[in-house]
Amino acid sequence: MSHIVSSFDEDFAGLNQTIARLGGLAEAQLNEVTDLLEARKLDGLRELIARDKELDALEEQLNEQAISLIARRAPMAQDLRRVLVAIKVASALERVGDYAKNIAKRAQIIIPAQINGAPMASLIRMSHMVQQMLHQVMDAYMDMDEKLALDVYQRDVEVDQLHTSLFHSLIELLHEAGERSAAASHLLFVAKNIERVGDFATNIAEQIYFLVHGRLPSDDRQKADHSSDVGA
Amino acid sequence: MSFPDVKIRTRNVNVHYGDNHALQNVTLDVRSNAVTAFIGPSGCGKSTFLRCLNRMNDVIAGCRVDGEILIDDRNIYDSNLDPVELRAQVGMVFQKPNPFPKSIYDNVAYGPRIHGLTSSRAELDEVVEMSLRRAGLWDEVKDRQTAVASGLSGGQQQRLCIARAIAVNPNVLLMDEPCSALDPIATAIIEELIDELRASYTIIIVTHSMQQAARISQQTAYFHMGHLVEYDATDTIFTRPKEKQTEAYISGKIG
Repeated sequence: MSHIVSSFDEDFAGLNQTIARLGGLAEAQLNEVTDLLEARKLDGLRELIARDKELDALEEQLNEQAISLIARRAPMAQDLRRVLVAIKVASALERVGDYAKNIAKRAQIIIPAQINGAPMASLIRMSHMVQQMLHQVMDAYMDMDEKLALDVYQRDVEVDQLHTSLFHSLIELLHEAGERSAAASHLLFVAKNIERVGDFATNIAEQIYFLVHGRLPSDDRQKADHSSDVGA
Repeated sequence: MSFPDVKIRTRNVNVHYGDNHALQNVTLDVRSNAVTAFIGPSGCGKSTFLRCLNRMNDVIAGCRVDGEILIDDRNIYDSNLDPVELRAQVGMVFQKPNPFPKSIYDNVAYGPRIHGLTSSRAELDEVVEMSLRRAGLWDEVKDRQTAVASGLSGGQQQRLCIARAIAVNPNVLLMDEPCSALDPIATAIIEELIDELRASYTIIIVTHSMQQAARISQQTAYFHMGHLVEYDATDTIFTRPKEKQTEAYISGKIG
């Protein structure tokens, strides 16, 4: 169904374009920083950090578009939810960008410390899982496909499980790290950052469900991030 | 919707204009001391239904109203009910302000005079003042009550019509697009007034402005082609309507 006033539809298309660019950029940042970390390449980290400004600018642009749409169109019902959800999704994607940037900063210390082995491999694997979730949830957003979104919503538990087990191995790594303890500590934060991106992908999934149904999905999914209990 | 405090109860109301079945099986309860908005495209039956509530349709040749309409549990189509008395109880304000070609005072005093509601000039003065105060017009006209009403601005004329309606002490006010001829400031003043008046009156408003219905009503009924499609809390209608037809209408969509 389309609006009688066709420029109303064009406004929504404009919102979607900005979100698509934001989503694409946020995904690219996370993918690239993961690849650099895996390949232990310092070249490119600085540019990646600088590119975060583009995400900030896009979020600001989306807010302007949303304010203008609300002021001029006075959207109702699902139209109103579309605007609200676009604002929230843009904010989540901007945060994903922040996490990628933060990982890049920490990578500058982690890479020279030559930390190898199982924890690093798990970290990369967790990032790939999260990248996939992010990609899928953005597809779900563009197609307003709440089933695809719910699939992402359910998958966050796997990231949480992996994060908890990774947290244990990183603590062990810290014990043996010696002079590399600073780098190992940064690795803890990198793991947390990636886990948080998974949470944001899940939040976006919830918002897609809200957009379609006008209410949030019932919160009965499994949760498995027990890293906050370690050492308790 | 069901309420603890129902003012108007309608059951299977059908209206025919000759062969035209304008309103089909409308059943709804109107809540007391609240603002209920009727919305829908032109020709959907909302004004027809509004006019059933004070028997304004009686005067239209070929118009037939079936079903039950109860106000305070009394059937208003009862044969021994006096429509003139009914229209005092159920006042009406129209789209275009329609003051009589008389003074401001005489416009408001008109109803109380013909219904014999007051016994002295002093008492009539009091009713006129109280009505003008309630309509939010007193301060603007108290020093020129003998001036002709047509000299007032559009918004003032509409408030005068509201004062005239409430002068005969009704308990229901019907408003048929009362702001569509007014500028945004005059509209805001009338909307504020409607919000104040609902403490004393049950108000039903027909409006083409979705925003107006959303702003001032507690319940909204959506009509389409003579049918009541959806009736719910205004908040629900404008955020999560249950019917696709309602969503399409309030969002301005087709196809």
